[in-house]
Amino acid sequence: MNYNVNEKGYYGDFGGAYIPEMLYPNVEELRQNYIKVMQEPDFQEEFKALLKEYVGRPTPLYYAKRFSEKYGTNVYLKREDLCHTGAHKVNNTIGQILMAKRLGKNRIIAETGAGQHGVATATVCALMGLECIVYMGAIDIKRQAPNVARMKMLGATVVPAESGSKTLKDATNEAIRDWINNPTDTHYIIGSVVGPHPYPDMVARFQSVISEEVKKQLLEKEGKENPDYVVACVGGGSNAAGIYYHYLDTPEVGIIAVEAAGKGIHSGESAATSALGKEGIIHGSKTLLMQTDDGQITEPYSISAGLDYPGVGPMHAHLFRSGRGEFISITDADAMQAGLELCKLEGIIPAIESSHALAIFEERKFKKEDIVVVNLSGRGDKDLSTFIDYFKLA
Amino acid sequence: MNRINTKLEEGKKLLSIYFTAGYPKLEDTTTVIEKLVEAGVDMIEIGLPFSDPLADGPTIQESSTAALKNGMTTAKLFDQIKDIRKTVDIPLIVMGYFNPMLQYGVEKFCATCAEIGIDGLIMPDLPLAEYEEHYQATFEKYGLKMIFLITPQTSDERIRQIDAASDGFIYMVSSASTTGKTSGFSNVQTDYFERIAALNLKNPQIVGFGIKDEETFKAATQTAQGAIIGSAFIKTLTEKGIEGISGFIKSIRP
Ligand SMILES: Cc1ncc(COP(=O)(O)O)c(C=O)c1O
Repeated sequence: MNYNVNEKGYYGDFGGAYIPEMLYPNVEELRQNYIKVMQEPDFQEEFKALLKEYVGRPTPLYYAKRFSEKYGTNVYLKREDLCHTGAHKVNNTIGQILMAKRLGKNRIIAETGAGQHGVATATVCALMGLECIVYMGAIDIKRQAPNVARMKMLGATVVPAESGSKTLKDATNEAIRDWINNPTDTHYIIGSVVGPHPYPDMVARFQSVISEEVKKQLLEKEGKENPDYVVACVGGGSNAAGIYYHYLDTPEVGIIAVEAAGKGIHSGESAATSALGKEGIIHGSKTLLMQTDDGQITEPYSISAGLDYPGVGPMHAHLFRSGRGEFISITDADAMQAGLELCKLEGIIPAIESSHALAIFEERKFKKEDIVVVNLSGRGDKDLSTFIDYFKLA
Repeated sequence: MNRINTKLEEGKKLLSIYFTAGYPKLEDTTTVIEKLVEAGVDMIEIGLPFSDPLADGPTIQESSTAALKNGMTTAKLFDQIKDIRKTVDIPLIVMGYFNPMLQYGVEKFCATCAEIGIDGLIMPDLPLAEYEEHYQATFEKYGLKMIFLITPQTSDERIRQIDAASDGFIYMVSSASTTGKTSGFSNVQTDYFERIAALNLKNPQIVGFGIKDEETFKAATQTAQGAIIGSAFIKTLTEKGIEGISGFIKSIRP
């Protein structure tokens, strides 16, 4: 079976480009050019140089000794938290800003939930001297004040999304509406492997540097390229797509996707899309999404703003339906404990998103000789106030 | 023959109105349709509200949110209009986003529309390629016309593809925008209207987005065969309720 995108923009039953005609010229321009541009030698050169000099890649593959001992297996952490701006998101924004420049666009728009992708976009716009407008749900603007301040310091305009539920899905709607209203000079930098084709594939390719590095690093450390498992949290699914990418067609490598169960899968306050979602259309893509029986998109919940999305990228919907991926959901409480545990055992403060991936070891048992690579997608600085409130640390 | 084709053959400049079903009140749907017919409109787009209407500006978004809060659903709409053909004989088009249709079941949705006497569908996020590959056969089986959009950015080549795939009319979006932008028309629109007219398409064109008064209606129908008013009508409903309908229509086409 093919787990990557096909020539029509589908992963199995999922994907495609369900977009209003107003967006067709932009999306079509991107579709016709993205692979060609990415393969140009000078694009590759500039992309690689920026990832190295500016982002700080390759990020370490770190053997978490005390954490491994506790769980009786071998856990490596892929340290995306050490990327400039604190998460994997910047791999994609570097790639897309170079794409935008080559397509002759001088105005950049983006959506953001927690603000990580907004910060990563504002950062590359500052780097390239391009105008940057970030849409963010009015509620998220209140919840994520430090990232709003960061974006502003970096020169971006932050526009509150006041429609619908005033969170990430609505910010995405607003960004898409902006693109409809600015069809010629604007590039939309989507923050995950979501949206109409070719976005899921383009973002996955930019993030695939993660598993490209893991292969080399594991070969050095273990004498083989393949771990037994790769594990990642899934919001839209970009850090997951990055660490799965070069292992999709290697069945010996188990793929584990970790979703946010919020207060419990059946609590009514959850973001566990694979468990609760049905096939449908969100933001231009056919995928699994949380919705009412009538097809209205519902508002998810997770303590982690980065996992608080009612859909998943079409790649992940396909990994789920085909059985290639093992999907686990983790509650707020278990994620918070796992995050704190990593601080104590390894001296690393993880993002709450990434903490979901770390939490599976309490219930999912691995063999003593297994090698499990967990994508530590981001650092926890942005989450300090949530950790402080949750554990009454102050 | 489908009512849309028949209406277009009359040759006059058509005034078509979009409104959101279940707005301002849940049970207003059929009253709005009947008042519009009384006021002399030629065609109606019944908006099926959606939680995430990507192509719409604030006015239609807010009416959709309100309609959903009122309790509007696909099944509810079909129930409200099940007897509409006893009183109304102008073309009726259902306009909505694709996900609610997908959840209802595409075939069941089309069958119900045909039973009620709906003539066509506008689904802005169901693009040409997906339609042709997966759904065209079903739409046609139930005699429903799929209406496609074009914009000032649509290439001539693609317009010809859309023309070939259509049998009804082409929905000509007046400018590159979401619904409800009210800046009026400039040379850019006039040039675009003329460019399209010069293509000599087999389908007539009806202009929508940004039509709000007599002046914009006249400008839009200079070359096109009709115009669709949405946001400006919804604003009237919001401000004046059902009572405002006939006055609004008179102001557009005195
Ligand atoms: C640190 C971190 N991890 C994960 C995510 C979730 O996104 P994705 O599933 O696209 O990797 C986010 C999103 O903001 C994030 O900031």
